Amino acid sequence: MMPSLTNIVKCSFLAISENEAFARSVAVSFAARSSPTVTQLADIKCAVSEAVTNCIVHAYPPDRFDKPMVEMTLRHFDDNSVAITIKDHGVGIPDIKAAREPLFTTDTTGERSGMGFAIMESLMDNVKVSSRVNKGTTVTLKLRLGVPDC
Amino acid sequence: MISILSNEQTCAGAVTCNLNNGILEVAVSGEIDHHNARSIRAKIDEKLYLCRPKTVRLDLSDVSFMDSSGLGLILGRFTLTHELGGELKVVNPSQGVSRILDLAGTARLITIERGEK
Repeated sequence: MMPSLTNIVKCSFLAISENEAFARSVAVSFAARSSPTVTQLADIKCAVSEAVTNCIVHAYPPDRFDKPMVEMTLRHFDDNSVAITIKDHGVGIPDIKAAREPLFTTDTTGERSGMGFAIMESLMDNVKVSSRVNKGTTVTLKLRLGVPDC
Repeated sequence: MISILSNEQTCAGAVTCNLNNGILEVAVSGEIDHHNARSIRAKIDEKLYLCRPKTVRLDLSDVSFMDSSGLGLILGRFTLTHELGGELKVVNPSQGVSRILDLAGTARLITIERGEK
């Protein structure tokens, strides 16, 4: 049976690096109400930071976009899982499979490690990526919170 | 031994540098993300070019958060230090930093010293 939605929060913010910490704080505040472990909170903080940073670094070349926005939607379900969706309306990812490979990066000037997606996948239960070139990219991070039943 | 800097010099922001006997101790505190990695990088690189140390000890014990931007920062400083004829070690990474370093397999490339603060 699919879990039922119990809470939803939406926010949007300008795709500038100052807002990376803001996005992390919102996600941690949202998840903190659902009895997460300390590690789970840290993992959400890091995974959201990776996803939002990807939008800011890659989605919006400055010469093509005026006021680029990132939309973040946080959902909580009755099985105590959260789904955090981070969406941009930027250039999109032509090859998602390649982008998810460790060490892959298109930014050769900023010392990017190319480990963003690999870290997201390591920390979350599930990471879903959908993208259309010149339409944008949506990343959904899912994690079940709390101490698992033995 | 010649000390280029005084025993303790504090960089602005969240980076503290201390050169002693050719060993540059760099302590970073706070959060390392894409937003602040650039300024942290600039502060460290300024000292690297100025001092050209034989050893850099990058103390990450007071880093409260780090994502893959921090990985890029560490790997970039490792490479630069090597190019300048020295070696870089990561010292006492905090728990959150250790998690990211372990996920990336950083220990295969960079020496990580723990418990020596």
